[in-house]
Amino acid sequence: MANVSVKNIRKTYPNGTEAVMPCNFDIADGELVVLVGPSGCGKSTLLRMVAGLEDITDGELQIGDRVVNDLDPAERDIAMVFQNYALYPHMSVYKNMAYGLKNRGTSKNDIDQKVREASAMLNLDDYLDRRPSQLSGGQRQRVAMGRAIVRDPALFLFDEPLSNLDAKLRNQMRIEIRNLQRRLGVTAMYVTHDQVEAMTMADRIFVLNAGRIEQVGTPSEIYRTPASTFVASFMGAPPMNLLPATYNGNGSVHLNGETSLAVGAPKDHKGDIQLGIRPEEVKLATGKSATPFKLELIEELGASRLLHGKLAGHDFTVNAPNNDAPLADDLMLDIPSDALHMFDHETGKRL
Amino acid sequence: MKRAGFANYWLPILLLLPQLTIIAVFFYWPAFNAVQSSFYLQDPFGFGSQFVGFENYSDLFASKEYAKVARFTLLFTLLVTATSLATALLLAVKADKVLRGARTYKTLLMWVYAVAPPVAGLMGVMLFDQNIGSVTDLFAWFGYDYRLGVNYWDTAFAMIIVSVWIQIPVNFIFFLSGLQSIPQHVREAAMIDNPSGFGRFWQITFPLLAPTAFFLLIINITYALFDTFGIIDTLVKNNPASNPMTLVYKVFVDGFRGNDMGGSSAQSVVLMVLVLALTIFQFRLLERRIHYT
Repeated sequence: MANVSVKNIRKTYPNGTEAVMPCNFDIADGELVVLVGPSGCGKSTLLRMVAGLEDITDGELQIGDRVVNDLDPAERDIAMVFQNYALYPHMSVYKNMAYGLKNRGTSKNDIDQKVREASAMLNLDDYLDRRPSQLSGGQRQRVAMGRAIVRDPALFLFDEPLSNLDAKLRNQMRIEIRNLQRRLGVTAMYVTHDQVEAMTMADRIFVLNAGRIEQVGTPSEIYRTPASTFVASFMGAPPMNLLPATYNGNGSVHLNGETSLAVGAPKDHKGDIQLGIRPEEVKLATGKSATPFKLELIEELGASRLLHGKLAGHDFTVNAPNNDAPLADDLMLDIPSDALHMFDHETGKRL
Repeated sequence: MKRAGFANYWLPILLLLPQLTIIAVFFYWPAFNAVQSSFYLQDPFGFGSQFVGFENYSDLFASKEYAKVARFTLLFTLLVTATSLATALLLAVKADKVLRGARTYKTLLMWVYAVAPPVAGLMGVMLFDQNIGSVTDLFAWFGYDYRLGVNYWDTAFAMIIVSVWIQIPVNFIFFLSGLQSIPQHVREAAMIDNPSGFGRFWQITFPLLAPTAFFLLIINITYALFDTFGIIDTLVKNNPASNPMTLVYKVFVDGFRGNDMGGSSAQSVVLMVLVLALTIFQFRLLERRIHYT
């Protein structure tokens, strides 16, 4: 168990591509940090740099109280769970889990005890003699977890471990992994492109975009106060509505000539902005002060429904509770002033 | 289950006929002839033949000369197979790690495959020649008097080296593609689990390469036993008597140089049985070959 400290770490490929731009962060002991972002954002590269599978171009990486930049992956006291499980196909489940310990010179009795403990924890007792090819996807994923657990490492690294599982199993494994990590108290870095996974599992989320860390925060911070339009549109399903607007500097936002909305806390900014509104923070209303919304399409989600349409001429989505009431094409929306997120028109940064 | 079938009974036979004809003319007929003539003692000049039963075979198994050739064939096969496999594996492992210029490197290693065995034999003669051979000069520099075609083991050395050289590219291609089909993430998992590169190779990489290695083992044994004829022929052409040869070459020498058709036929029948055994062994094991994924 250990904390991780990253100072000005970066990755540049020989052809000049900057995969990970210089970044700094610390991960506390026992914390689960999720790196999330679209494909190609550098999240896997960053994780592989921590694992030692990818060279660190510049900067310093510290796991526990050791600087590990120049250590081999096997010497960094880490365990990694891969997207494709990466089990050794010619070894039984038992041997897969024991392999890492054997190479560290652990005694046979200790290996046996640790493997049995892990297999009991993961419900793998009946499968210890099987080959990976005889297991289902979920079981393989458990073996991969077991292989990481038995090593009792300072740091767990997860590289999109659930991407190959079907939706139902993914939900179940998500909870299992989270529980296990809490119980063992091992620091973990978890890479995913799935924002639901990030929201549900993380103590803290790092949102990455184009090799840069856009925002670091708890799931609720990321959701409530996204630092940029990128984070706003990436985190949350359905994504936040983003509309071009103008702010007059004294308390109201104009979407176009006639539609204007009141802002809770005035901002020190004037002119063009990007206005963000979460679909679920908007309510259907009837009053005269409400904003008109032209309904075009309804998506039924069961508990709620998504109303797609136009607000002041721009695409807009509303997440409304499903009360089976028939809806007219012309609706009125109640948009609370604290539901408005304002972003810089040019940089996309939060105002 | 529905099976696609031919409406006409004779059509499939007609379609198979060209292949069956070729097999009959080039395999069954000569094979039958060989078996038949192995029971006869033939006049070297074609003036009739005499039925002798199993005498050709009993002569063969009693022959010290034949036993010596068989022993050499065994040694030759073992050395050629082991050396060419080991060298090719080493080259493939190294080539697999090359990232830049990998294509050029592979092409350089593969072109040897295009050299026909007799040409390779001829190149061997040039390299190991008494008067102009550079290998001979090299040996002389070390104070060893190398004599190709005169000294039994000197000739054997040249035979083995040339045979190995020709076979390395095939093995290399197979090993390399075998190595490249091992998933990258499995290797990475091993890097995290095992600090020793040597250990990783023997415990993870090599077992995953085993199906390829086994296939190549069979191919190489067959090659060393039979396909080295051209090389041996070029190297020992003028004076086979004092030189090593393999069983296949002895069939040729006894039959077409010694004009002992009966004895030579008996030898080919023995070889035929050997090939049959090897083939059965190969199929049995290949069928049981473990498919990991």
